[in-house]
Amino acid sequence: MSLLEIEKLSLRIGRTQVLKEIDLAIEPGEVMGLVGESGSGKSMTALAVMRLTPAASQMKGRVTFDGIDILSATEAQMCALRGDDIGMVFQEPMTALNPVKTIGEQVAEGIRWHTRASRAEAEAQARKILDRVGLPEQKFPLSRYPHELSGGQRQRVAIAIACALKPKLLIADEPTTALDVVLQAQILDLLKELVRENRMSLLFISHDLAVVTEMADRITILRQGMVTECGDTARTLSEATHPYTRQLALASMHVPARVRPHIDETAPDTLLDVANLTRDYPGRRRSLFSKPEPVRAVDNVSLKMKPGASVALVGRSGCGKSTLARMILALDTPTDGTIKFRGMDITRADETAMRRARRNMQVVFQDPYGSFDPRHTVERLVGEPLHLLERKPDRKERRDMVGRALHEVGLSRSDMEKYPHEFSGGQRQRLSIARAIITRPKLVVADEPVSALDVSIRAQILDLFAEINQKLGVAYLFITHDLTVARAITDDVLIMHEGRIVERGKTSEVLDHPQTEAAQALVSAAPDLHRAIARRLQEQG
Amino acid sequence: MTIYLLKRLLIGIATLIVASLVVFLMLEVVPGDPARLMLGMNTSDAQVDLLREQMGLNQPLILRYLDWIRGLLRLDFGKSYTYSVPVIDLIRERLVVSFPLAVISLTLSTLIAIPVGLFAAARRGKAGDTAAMAVAQVGVAMPNFWFALLLVYVFAVWLRLVPAGGFPGWGNGIWPALKALILPALALALPQAAILARVTRAALIEVLNEDYIRTARAKGMPMRAVLWRHALRNAMIPVLTIMGLQFAFLLAGTIIIENVFYLPGLGRLVFQAIIQRDLIVVESVVMLLVAAVVLVNLIVDLSYALVDPRLRARQ
Repeated sequence: MSLLEIEKLSLRIGRTQVLKEIDLAIEPGEVMGLVGESGSGKSMTALAVMRLTPAASQMKGRVTFDGIDILSATEAQMCALRGDDIGMVFQEPMTALNPVKTIGEQVAEGIRWHTRASRAEAEAQARKILDRVGLPEQKFPLSRYPHELSGGQRQRVAIAIACALKPKLLIADEPTTALDVVLQAQILDLLKELVRENRMSLLFISHDLAVVTEMADRITILRQGMVTECGDTARTLSEATHPYTRQLALASMHVPARVRPHIDETAPDTLLDVANLTRDYPGRRRSLFSKPEPVRAVDNVSLKMKPGASVALVGRSGCGKSTLARMILALDTPTDGTIKFRGMDITRADETAMRRARRNMQVVFQDPYGSFDPRHTVERLVGEPLHLLERKPDRKERRDMVGRALHEVGLSRSDMEKYPHEFSGGQRQRLSIARAIITRPKLVVADEPVSALDVSIRAQILDLFAEINQKLGVAYLFITHDLTVARAITDDVLIMHEGRIVERGKTSEVLDHPQTEAAQALVSAAPDLHRAIARRLQEQG
Repeated sequence: MTIYLLKRLLIGIATLIVASLVVFLMLEVVPGDPARLMLGMNTSDAQVDLLREQMGLNQPLILRYLDWIRGLLRLDFGKSYTYSVPVIDLIRERLVVSFPLAVISLTLSTLIAIPVGLFAAARRGKAGDTAAMAVAQVGVAMPNFWFALLLVYVFAVWLRLVPAGGFPGWGNGIWPALKALILPALALALPQAAILARVTRAALIEVLNEDYIRTARAKGMPMRAVLWRHALRNAMIPVLTIMGLQFAFLLAGTIIIENVFYLPGLGRLVFQAIIQRDLIVVESVVMLLVAAVVLVNLIVDLSYALVDPRLRARQ
């Protein structure tokens, strides 16, 4: 008998049908991957198993866990199941823990609640599981607070909470999406080990096919609240007979067709020249009288970019890549060193000179939802950088320019009157790009521009970046921790580690034959669909 | 943590200095000569001038200010122009009424508001929430003197449980004094509780949307336990802020209620002193209140740090 059996589960919230007749079964000890794009109902399926769906949702069908009918169980029965027989780990480790309670309290709480153990017993047990998830006592006593831990460490605490009572089923909802690739690989290994040790079943939810392939024995693919395909992971993905499965697989490996853009001959040879750049931040004060040690975020970095070049800046989270980008954009002042943009030193430029420089460098941010004021129209948002122009365009010229920028990113002129909430995530990222190119800049800095997007949308946006690079001769500095993106869209790569650039060269060469330890760690941790499928097929013989 | 508190303390002291300057200069520019007021309109200029000399009013501004500050620091506030008794005695007399009244009101209001806020937040959008918030809305809107009159009518006139007004002093035992304070405290507490309950509810509802609440639910804790153990403490910061403001108001903003109940509190003292141009009393009470507000804010800041470990870690 299956441990978890979902039969014809439908869920609606108000008038919206979120899930339509979902079927899914997990055997004891099995890892089931649940894949789909955002809004496909993956998380809602998981929450339905926990019966933690939003208050307004109505469910039909059957969910049976270990012989218990979940949909008709009482709330008390569900409380007894949650955290004891079913554990759950969520996506966002930074906010998943209560900021005002120690990690010891938070892990021990569930243990005490379910086993009626004494405080001391529960704490001893919490200590053991924290040791197990890689948070040893010397460095991580129970008295630590969440804000004293990094994202990866917090996710380990969340896993400790979920696995403290050795549940029969663990549900992990995008547990590594917010982490960099090296941390992701570590957390995935930890989950695999825990599943094996405790003979747990795992429902592993992800949008990333490569990650799911590494983890799951079987895979269920969701689309718009319906199951499109279900089966053995390696076979389903290697054969890819179902059109949607094939579409997903192709999109996640998509490489835009790129032609080397023609280099602007008249421009000075070097577009951007960063020399010996350093940025210190004031550190935390240890005592009242000693001066705090500064934290060096960027350490003596030099780099050059030619006009029209496409360069990736790759590194783990916290390596200083965003600080470096902020200084290049003149949003932050270096402690030491110079940045020359088109021959002008922008670290010491006055306001007028800066305006000219700003017109020629624009930025695209990661989060297409947070980077627009929801009360402004698209015309105003996309036209924002126009105030940097020498001569202010009049209203008609302005509309023409916005219209052209929208057209260039594949949107329509009539979208000008709309507001940001009327667009999907991918369309909003197009708006960001339109805003970035409207002043015809020479350099666009893109900070993780596709990591918040679904694979098929991501493929389209990468195509768009490639097309604009070619058409307008814009140089790109792509900041990313995703090597697939770096490989797809850049010619050169800079690997950053602890504030320094430790390796640089042609993207394909560096990523195929990484020399430094930092680069090797990134490359070996990066999920790769081909490799994962091959490994799985090999294991199965 | 120490640095955080030291910083707050310095800000508090700076506030006191600025406030003292403002208070001193304000009363300096207000028309009306206290010496003439004390002696009456028919006195000769020479006599008034003599008194001015005695009171030190003819000295340069800066000397008088420093003199005044030196007095404040030794709790020597000078003598009241109208009553010719030390101001500190007048204040002490009134403070034994006003301070307990403020403490009782704030305690009552907290004891009412937090459970109501929890109750409403747990039933967000349902009948219980709507009813609780409707009552709170009435509480916010109702003038407290009118509510005070209602209380007098029901508990003093009709049920005869407590006196309708006046204050017997603490010398005649604690119980009669408390009985005299309970109705005014209630009249002050309920509107405050209404505001505080709404703030508590709003803060809780915001916290309930946080990811860590979902984590706690996934541990198998029922909603009620999650509210008490995880949500309440995180929602305390806005609640504590409002409580601090309310306490400061309760110390001196209670003149209407003091009048309704014939209570000899600080509010009435200041009011009379302003009418009689008893500037020295006004100055002293205002400075006392500023000090009280600074102290309350310091306590609130300290309690923030107790509630939230992230503030303890910050500089």
